[in-house]
Amino acid sequence: MRPPLLSLREAIATHVRDGAQVALEGFTHLIPFAAGHEIIRQRRRDLTLLRMTPDLIYDQMIGMGCARALVFSWGGNPGVGSLHRLRDAVEHGWPHTLELDEQTHAAMAARYCAGASGLPFAVLRAATDTDLRRANTAHSAAVACPFTGEILTAVRALTPDVTILHAQRADHDGNVLMEGIVGASREAALAARTLLVTVEEIVPALGAGPNAYVIPGWQIAAIAHVPGGAYPSYALGHYERDNRFYQDWDGIARTRDSFLAWMTQHVLGSADHAAFLRSLGVAA
Amino acid sequence: MTAPAYSADEMMTVAAARRLRDGAVCFVGIGLPSAACNLARLTHAPDLVLIYESGTVGTRPTVLPLSIGDGELASTATSVIPLPEIFAHYLQRGRVDVGFLGAAQLDRLGRLNSTAIGPYAKPSVRLPGSGGAPEIGAAAREVFVVMKQSARTFVERLDFVTTRARPAAVITDLGVLEPDPHSRELRVCATFAGVTVDQMRAECGWPLQAAATVQRITPPTDHELEVLRALGARTAAAHGRPVRISLPT
Repeated sequence: MRPPLLSLREAIATHVRDGAQVALEGFTHLIPFAAGHEIIRQRRRDLTLLRMTPDLIYDQMIGMGCARALVFSWGGNPGVGSLHRLRDAVEHGWPHTLELDEQTHAAMAARYCAGASGLPFAVLRAATDTDLRRANTAHSAAVACPFTGEILTAVRALTPDVTILHAQRADHDGNVLMEGIVGASREAALAARTLLVTVEEIVPALGAGPNAYVIPGWQIAAIAHVPGGAYPSYALGHYERDNRFYQDWDGIARTRDSFLAWMTQHVLGSADHAAFLRSLGVAA
Repeated sequence: MTAPAYSADEMMTVAAARRLRDGAVCFVGIGLPSAACNLARLTHAPDLVLIYESGTVGTRPTVLPLSIGDGELASTATSVIPLPEIFAHYLQRGRVDVGFLGAAQLDRLGRLNSTAIGPYAKPSVRLPGSGGAPEIGAAAREVFVVMKQSARTFVERLDFVTTRARPAAVITDLGVLEPDPHSRELRVCATFAGVTVDQMRAECGWPLQAAATVQRITPPTDHELEVLRALGARTAAAHGRPVRISLPT
């Protein structure tokens, strides 16, 4: 079945509920910033946010009070330093407390794989001993291999209510092509009950080779056409990562006041993503 | 004494780069390890295979990435694969020779904390967290740690053990520590020019021992500095470029 083409506003309003488990995936590349901003505009609350690397988008959503819990494996501003809003939530409970379900990258990736495979858990080598396993006993445990007796680490499957991805293009049947670094996007997509995708462009034909990663339209609940939707992350072949913005974010997010002022001006003050890009001078 | 014609960061980067043999498969972290691996690739180790956890295998970037997933890494890679495969099929399966790690705290056995200062549930400083470090520490054949040395970060007791690495060497801004073959405790095995063992002891939170013979590390050569600085200049120019997006009308 062909997924409906919705405005981003309609897609979020229809599919993202307060209290939902939501994964906005994309590893450094293709991070669905526009969708995250729309969730902030629609004032969603009590979300459990899943992402391997929370990145700036979850720093923003946490700081704006959307999140109750965070499932993640590395929470910094890549190459820059801290995510100050994430830190403020964990260290001081601002704007409110944040429950953490924290794992290693390999474990988080394996948890998505288990979810996508309909399994209750995934296994990893236990040689990877870390205090994280003891800090997170609700979601990891020792398990013996039934064939060799080797002790392995089991980690609980992740099955988001909604996964949201950004991709380069969709065709008229709603099939979606992702190119470049995909991170754990495809596993997060197939682990979810509902999959939303924003795309840079909609084209008559994807022009994809036989081994290209195409998500069939029939797995997708809705598509929204959002050019620039990954900015300040990037979309290979369309625009580069705005490394300058990632560096500037460190100063913007450092204090609650400067953060709220920026979010009010650029995200809440913009009706949609195009207006957001124009407010920053990134688009004409 | 005149100040050396290179910075402590440059000395660390060069010392780390020299550890990499040509042809090794290297799991690269962002920052100084990434600079060291690319310096090695551009000097003595042209066939070094660089894997970044974002899923880029055999990447040959002309500028250093700011993030682990910059487009430059994908565009210059032999192959770009899903992240779960990087960790399961490459790292856990044992296809990685060298892993590079850094952290906020390190102890005398080379274990690392990159999670939290203070209690986990109520930290005084929440650090970014593990990322792939625990798996890299466990599965890479050889692990190098690169970290600036101070009594505040080289500690008697970690607040949180993120990674139980057994590093073959810890490269600091003062010199190099290696484990004692019997006790596994890290001890001074080499110093940079102008640094004494006592200085290294002063910047360490546990009573730091020294190997019977402490080597003196050769300062960066003109060629190493030239290549490293050119890489830095290309990187700065690329990262400063404004991003423009053209919206359909």
